[in-house]
Amino acid sequence: MSNVPTDLRYTKSHEWIRDDGDGTATVGITDHAQDALGDLVFVELPAIGQRLGVNDACAVVESVKAASDIYAPVAGEVIAVNGSLESQPELINSDAYGEGWMFQLRLDTDADLQALLDADGYTQALAEQD
Amino acid sequence: MLIHEQSRPGRRATAQAPLNQAATPGLPAALRRRTRAALPEVSELQAVRHYTRLSQKNFAIDTHFYPLGSCTMKYNPRACNSLASLPGFLARHPAAPPGHSQGILACLFELQELLKVVTGMHAVSLAPAAGAQGELAGVLMIRAYHDARGDHERREMLVPDAAHGTNPASAIMAGFAVREIPTGADGDVDLAALRAAVGPRTAGIMLTNPSTVGVFDRNIEAIAEVVHAAGGLLYYDGANLNAILGQVRPGDMGFDVIHMNLHKTFSTPHGGGGPGAGPVGVAAHLEPYLPVPLVVMDGANYRWHWEGERPQSIGRLTAFGGNIGILLRAYIYARLLGAEGMRRVGEYATLNANYLLARLRRAGFQPAYAQRRASHEFIITLKQEAKTFGVNAMDFAKRLLDYGFHAPTTYFPLLVPECLLIEPTESETREVLDAFAEAMIQIRAEAEREPETVRRAPHQLPVRRLDDVRAARQLDLAWQPPAD
Repeated sequence: MSNVPTDLRYTKSHEWIRDDGDGTATVGITDHAQDALGDLVFVELPAIGQRLGVNDACAVVESVKAASDIYAPVAGEVIAVNGSLESQPELINSDAYGEGWMFQLRLDTDADLQALLDADGYTQALAEQD
Repeated sequence: MLIHEQSRPGRRATAQAPLNQAATPGLPAALRRRTRAALPEVSELQAVRHYTRLSQKNFAIDTHFYPLGSCTMKYNPRACNSLASLPGFLARHPAAPPGHSQGILACLFELQELLKVVTGMHAVSLAPAAGAQGELAGVLMIRAYHDARGDHERREMLVPDAAHGTNPASAIMAGFAVREIPTGADGDVDLAALRAAVGPRTAGIMLTNPSTVGVFDRNIEAIAEVVHAAGGLLYYDGANLNAILGQVRPGDMGFDVIHMNLHKTFSTPHGGGGPGAGPVGVAAHLEPYLPVPLVVMDGANYRWHWEGERPQSIGRLTAFGGNIGILLRAYIYARLLGAEGMRRVGEYATLNANYLLARLRRAGFQPAYAQRRASHEFIITLKQEAKTFGVNAMDFAKRLLDYGFHAPTTYFPLLVPECLLIEPTESETREVLDAFAEAMIQIRAEAEREPETVRRAPHQLPVRRLDDVRAARQLDLAWQPPAD
């Protein structure tokens, strides 16, 4: 069973988002996603300053099996990216919710984190996909 | 051992070496090499042994069953090779004037005509040198068409999520934004999602039919209607043309532009990097934009058409006339088959796929689209085996090598977990298909009894399981001389 922390919000496309409490939020991919993809070998991150709409494809993760787009769970402006992933993509495999974070957004005023799945909702979505 | 590692200073293959070094008086001093190139210095016999041994390690269509899905790895008839190697073809200089090239131009002209008939398109250009280049030519023509009409807002290309990755890549190279269309549970394009996606920004849709999930999209006429009504064009990716050869034509399905992979459907050599050939065919309204050159008949003679005769062309894609040696092989293949033979290609490719699917299914393997008839290829998912035995699709693929079979395509399309995409082609006998099914059954028994054997496969090959993760993370692509 994959790890689904209760303090995060989720998308059906397997991104997690953490409300940082100051109008910003941090985004990564879930433990289930990293496990399904297998060992990651390449990560492409958005540019700082890039404006993202909901569900915009904004990053890419690549494993030896597959390359996958990462979608913005909410609208906002990219204010930080995890540059360590460029040389160490395996951080996503080893610590998807911690050192494997991908980028941080300043949320648009109308961005609604509450509309996303909570841990129970995501766990249920995983069960349905199985 | 690399050929570089056999190198010894001063060792030469004198008989193969040029007598004099070529003079290059026009080359500026700044561009001249100051150090010697790091080339291996070996004898002729060493070079012969090295490459013969490498070729013996190959898995190839000439040595093994090669059911690589969506790649159509079929037998390349020897006759095509020997006829295309006639001295009149081989020795022709690519800049020879048309008056000295009537034979070769006649073959190319007839190939253009023949591909028009097979695909139901109005005009064909043989210029693209590969499938992906044919795709790029196709979407560039769509762009040129909209631009010529002043319809500059059409910058969105629809691509189903089952598509080959080259489709969105080609669309982006041509300056389009890509919009993904989901696939329904039955394997067909989700029509409701398509209807919701089209609009005044729609340039077109890129579709593979039969699709990469191995089924023929039954709604193709409705799809064509929706996209055309919105003002978009339909692009046909010819990757899976083998399934429908001589049965149904992209032109009749409503496609405006198509590319064909002659290295798949028309049996030219494939795998090992080509060269390929990806001709494009178009409906009448796209003809002005075809890439040049084209071969035309001018009275009793054949000649080339270049930009001068075709000012609206998207231009040239290769030097000279494209991969003519490959085009000749495809032409000979088509002539050997004839119309009746081509119909049989489609029938046997489909029969072989459905036979193998039925055998695997009876043995308990799970088809990804159980309610559908396969086209020329099909998908099984090893999700259950991965869960129960801890042996995944890649492990099955590696173990198949020990049994003397090239692995099918693994983990593509991405929408089916733990999948093998299997395409036997029409070339194979029933005995080979039976042996492959038996191997799959054996491997599953091993997965249950001794999973480690499967997880550590292959055991019988010159190299064992490679560390593909390390290879991708620490790229090492060019040999460097050891430091002194």
